Amino acid sequence: MPILRVHGMSHDFGGLRAVQDYDLEIEKGQIRGLIGPNGAGKTTIFNLLTGIYTPTEGEILLDGKRINGLPAHRIASMGISRTFQNLLLWRHMTVLEHVKMAHYSRIRYGLFGAFFGTTKRHKEEAEIEEKACKLLEMMGIRHLSDQVVLNLPYGAQRRVEMARALATEPRILLLDEPTAGMNPEELGQIMEIIRRVHKELGLAILLIEHRLKVVMELCERIQTLNFGEVIAEGTPDEIQNDPKVIDAYLGKESVI
Amino acid sequence: MPVKVRTSRNLWTSYTRVPLLGWFCGALIAVTLERFAGTPIALALGLPKIPVLFGLDIMLKKPILVPNAILYVLLVYGLPMGVTTRSSISLTNRLATRLFRFPIAITVAVHLALLYTTLHLWAGISDYRALVLKLTLIAVMLTLSLNVVNGYMGEFSCSHPGFMALGAYCASVFTVGLFVDDRLFGAVFLPPALGPFLFPVALILGGFLASFGALFVAIPSFRTRGDYLAIISLAFLFIVKSLIENLEFVRGPRGLSGQPDLADLPTVFFWTVLCVWSINNFVRSTIGKALNAVRDNEMAASAMTVDTRRTKVVAFLFAAFWAGVAGGLFAHVLRYVNPSTFGIQNLAEVLAMVYFGGLNSVYGSIVGAVSISLLGEALRPLEIFKWIIIPLLLILVMIFRPTGLVAFKDLDVTSLLRPKQNPGGEV
Repeated sequence: MPILRVHGMSHDFGGLRAVQDYDLEIEKGQIRGLIGPNGAGKTTIFNLLTGIYTPTEGEILLDGKRINGLPAHRIASMGISRTFQNLLLWRHMTVLEHVKMAHYSRIRYGLFGAFFGTTKRHKEEAEIEEKACKLLEMMGIRHLSDQVVLNLPYGAQRRVEMARALATEPRILLLDEPTAGMNPEELGQIMEIIRRVHKELGLAILLIEHRLKVVMELCERIQTLNFGEVIAEGTPDEIQNDPKVIDAYLGKESVI
Repeated sequence: MPVKVRTSRNLWTSYTRVPLLGWFCGALIAVTLERFAGTPIALALGLPKIPVLFGLDIMLKKPILVPNAILYVLLVYGLPMGVTTRSSISLTNRLATRLFRFPIAITVAVHLALLYTTLHLWAGISDYRALVLKLTLIAVMLTLSLNVVNGYMGEFSCSHPGFMALGAYCASVFTVGLFVDDRLFGAVFLPPALGPFLFPVALILGGFLASFGALFVAIPSFRTRGDYLAIISLAFLFIVKSLIENLEFVRGPRGLSGQPDLADLPTVFFWTVLCVWSINNFVRSTIGKALNAVRDNEMAASAMTVDTRRTKVVAFLFAAFWAGVAGGLFAHVLRYVNPSTFGIQNLAEVLAMVYFGGLNSVYGSIVGAVSISLLGEALRPLEIFKWIIIPLLLILVMIFRPTGLVAFKDLDVTSLLRPKQNPGGEV
């Protein structure tokens, strides 16, 4: 049974249909890609899956349970985590605080512990910190843990975001253009990290990407989106040779 | 010249090795000196009496006495503190190291005891000083609780005087009704000797009433971000004020008086410490840090499992609770409240303290509250010009340090109390 199943999902912004009849099935441990020109509705799909928007039609099933309409934080704690295209980090917080924050839903000491600093709280905070440090180690940014994120180079900020997304202990990770604005060296590193995360944590990953090279190398199956509709779906090879995909990306042959 | 610069720097570096324990001991020695030798020193320097607030009042009233007042401050505070802290560096560091072997609670208790003794001796010189000190401590509570909303959460709340009024009136009605033979509330209900024991109940009730009031602001305004909170909370402030003005049961605009004298210095000090401690605990926990996450990016916070609405409401109610407690103390320090105290002027003062001291920082709130309250009192002889100088200072701070004097700094008790030098001698 697929972990995440989306059936006939559509979304309107006023009179504009941003996503039309979108279907998706992700199995455990699968990496899938979502490509398409700018404005095709890729990020909207992410926002719908994570509960930032509620779909106008259709349903989203996580482990067979309907999750549309639930608030974003509930969906996140149920196992769908994400990164953002334009790095939504908290500018006054340190790297370690970012990763610890993503454990929020699993904190058990409650308000009493927060106000009065109980021993239970100190124990739990120490546990969270240990887990967070392990993740930072995995991302290779352990040495930056006390830095405020604003001071970090771009590549490191990307890793912080990835570590933070993983700290919610997701089963499905949605990566929104993880290589945007990176130079070739950083690109290689981030692909390596994605592979490692996939292998070591056994996550299902849904990837939005503009660089075809990245999607072709990483993904098992790819969907191509144009004007909110899936126009092609298949393995990297099939997608690369699909005339509709070439049309959407490069324009129709007849126009030239 | 270079030699001189170096010696002055060396002189200062040696002071960086003074642990907090050393500074507290130095301050204690200085106030003890003032207690026993203050009057003779003041008279010898040609001052009429001991300068109340570090000589500023005397300087402003009689400019001719400026050098004398400065000399007094140097002689009584500067010199003893400078000499004793410097000469006892190794002793106080050794003591601090030894204290550190005990649980941190004991170290904190020792420091607080020292601080309280110092304040007690300082305030013992005159009733005016005691009053200023109590009001300053209350201002610390108010500023810190407002900082939770305006700094840590990054929203703009204007209803703090309203919460304070709710707390003040609730606690006053409780104590006046129970312990005082009053025309409105009838005869004494409980023996006044029970007062000190039930006073915490009065304060906590006041705090809860303020929190309950805050619920009416929080529910409509935290659905979205933006200026809504500022507008709704301002409206709330006016509603509370006019509500009290029209309640004959608490004597309306004439104000409520006759509160029993329950808020003595130890009580106010105790509640201030409790307030600082619990707020500091809160903002340093991951649950409290969620406020920063919500402020810096709400969408990211909710995508990282943070329940943003609950976070905001809880913090707002918590802040209101402490504002209510501060209000209750305020009413019992002055032993009179009237609704016009809790207006725009009060709001402006608290906001000034928050933004002057620094957003998102416990240190900042303490610095802001203490400096603005003391400055406000010390500049009192200037009358109307006081309201030119303080805003001017605020503007300067806003230009040179837009987030306030000590913004975005965590108060870590352990590192604050740590000995500054190893027993071996090296730092």
